[in-house]
Amino acid sequence: MKREVPLLISVVAGVFVLIGFFIPHPVIRTTYDDIQQWVIIVVAFTYVLGVANILRINWTHVSRKEKDWPFKIVLIAGMLLTIAIGMSEGTAYLSDGSRFMWIYNTFYSSMSATMFALLAFFIASAAFRAFRVRSTEAFLLAVAAFILMLGRVPIGNAIHPVLPQAADWLMEIPQNAAKRGILMGAALGVMATGFRIILGIEKTYGSDGGGA
Amino acid sequence: MIRPSAPILLPVLIAVALGLSAPAASAFPLEAADTPNDGGGNITLTWEPPAAAPAQWEVLRAQGRGDFAPIATIAGSLSAFHDDSLRNGVPYRYRLVALPAGSALDSEPSREAMPAASWFDTAKLNVFVVIAVFFVLVRFYIFRAEGGKTWTFRSIAGLAAIEEAIGRSTEMGKGVLYVPGVQDIDDIQTIASMILLGNVARMTAKYETPLTVPTNSPAVYTVADEVVKAGYSDVGRIDAYRSDQVRYITTEQFAYVAAVNGIMLRERPAANLFLGAFFAESLLLAETGHETGAIQIAGTANVHQLPFFVVACDYTLIGEEYYAASAYLSKDARLLGSLKASDTTKILLLAVIVIAAVLLTMGQSGFAEFFATQ
Repeated sequence: MKREVPLLISVVAGVFVLIGFFIPHPVIRTTYDDIQQWVIIVVAFTYVLGVANILRINWTHVSRKEKDWPFKIVLIAGMLLTIAIGMSEGTAYLSDGSRFMWIYNTFYSSMSATMFALLAFFIASAAFRAFRVRSTEAFLLAVAAFILMLGRVPIGNAIHPVLPQAADWLMEIPQNAAKRGILMGAALGVMATGFRIILGIEKTYGSDGGGA
Repeated sequence: MIRPSAPILLPVLIAVALGLSAPAASAFPLEAADTPNDGGGNITLTWEPPAAAPAQWEVLRAQGRGDFAPIATIAGSLSAFHDDSLRNGVPYRYRLVALPAGSALDSEPSREAMPAASWFDTAKLNVFVVIAVFFVLVRFYIFRAEGGKTWTFRSIAGLAAIEEAIGRSTEMGKGVLYVPGVQDIDDIQTIASMILLGNVARMTAKYETPLTVPTNSPAVYTVADEVVKAGYSDVGRIDAYRSDQVRYITTEQFAYVAAVNGIMLRERPAANLFLGAFFAESLLLAETGHETGAIQIAGTANVHQLPFFVVACDYTLIGEEYYAASAYLSKDARLLGSLKASDTTKILLLAVIVIAAVLLTMGQSGFAEFFATQ
């Protein structure tokens, strides 16, 4: 039963979503939309498990005084405080001037932007490695990148008007051809994965946990 | 005096009674028809815009033989309108009146149109054909695999490296970090990642190597936890499973990156597996992992993130290789049969592209248009 029930749910949900893609009639579409709503409800319940996991793992660190345990206190306190303030403000918690939004804008947004800004430095270090010419392919990559970068900035056009055209050609012909090939293969992979799950031959979903 | 004009006045009086006003001198035809391939309740109006378009159109609607009433005011430059608040099975008629009032550009009343729900979206017939062919091929090759037929596929270095990476972690006495991407469980890449996680969990359980799975969605956390537990159980090592191996971090993208980077820098896993859907965080994660000296294997179908992974990781599974991974790792004949179906479909699609290109060159566009999806 532990194998058959999840498999049956997977098959029914998978087939229904597939049918719903092709049949717009309300008889199917209404049930299709209802299934989507059930997904939202199920996901909402998993947040309780997620928060419980955060509390359990971090509180264990604190109680055992493991390395960097004071940071875990900051995390737990920050999470509980944000939840409490958000709940105390009711449905207006996202409105301008709410304390919840102040926390979000002052702390989260700035730290998030800082993380994103680090990307510039990581791109520089990765590009340094990528453009080291150690093989014919690496040489072609470096030449293509050089033309593309020059062609996409005003100075490229100033050096020679053909550079922007060459950059466009690189993007529209070789780059697009490679990208579409990857996308076609990935689309077939998506279908194959979907059918494997619907047909119940993927072991992970059908594992009965009963040992090898 | 009244009798001679009565035959002329009578139709006018009837028309007024029915809500029909006499069309303008230059009235143009208005087509109304049920909108195809929808769930019903929708009628599409189309018309040839007059040479001198008015500032606006007022759309009037009548139910059956009832009176016309305004339902919308739209720009005068338009040549189509969708009325989507209708009842199926009820006939409707329409008229367009030019605004500002007084111009002689009003349309004729349309013929009656009745909205109805479609039982099949014919615009998706091409997708249906491809999926049906693919499904038949999958069943066919699985049937052959069950009959003992085996196939050989090209080796994929990145997949062979997964076991090698876990073995290296075991030898070094360090852990394996598995990052399942940043999309929720309804994304097919995340689902494929969960399948791969099952394979990885079985290997780490067998080698007794610590496995850490930070997730950025509570739904993914729930599924991943079950998958890891089942993986340990499958190889008879449920005693080695720990409930803190799979962790929910946060749904916020860069907060998740900060946490995972922190795990990499503090715990120094010997192998980092980035398998799933990734966006701007791909390079932030992979570069940090590269700095720690871990062997890194990435796999994603997000084309724009592939270059970042190629640069920063030791192995990268590209597009279909990522989806084929579970079949490669499990060596299950039926799963490999589905790969064979993918390859056959790919050959068929290439043939379709070549035939369509040849026919288009010869001026025949019907075949290519059938497969167009946009």
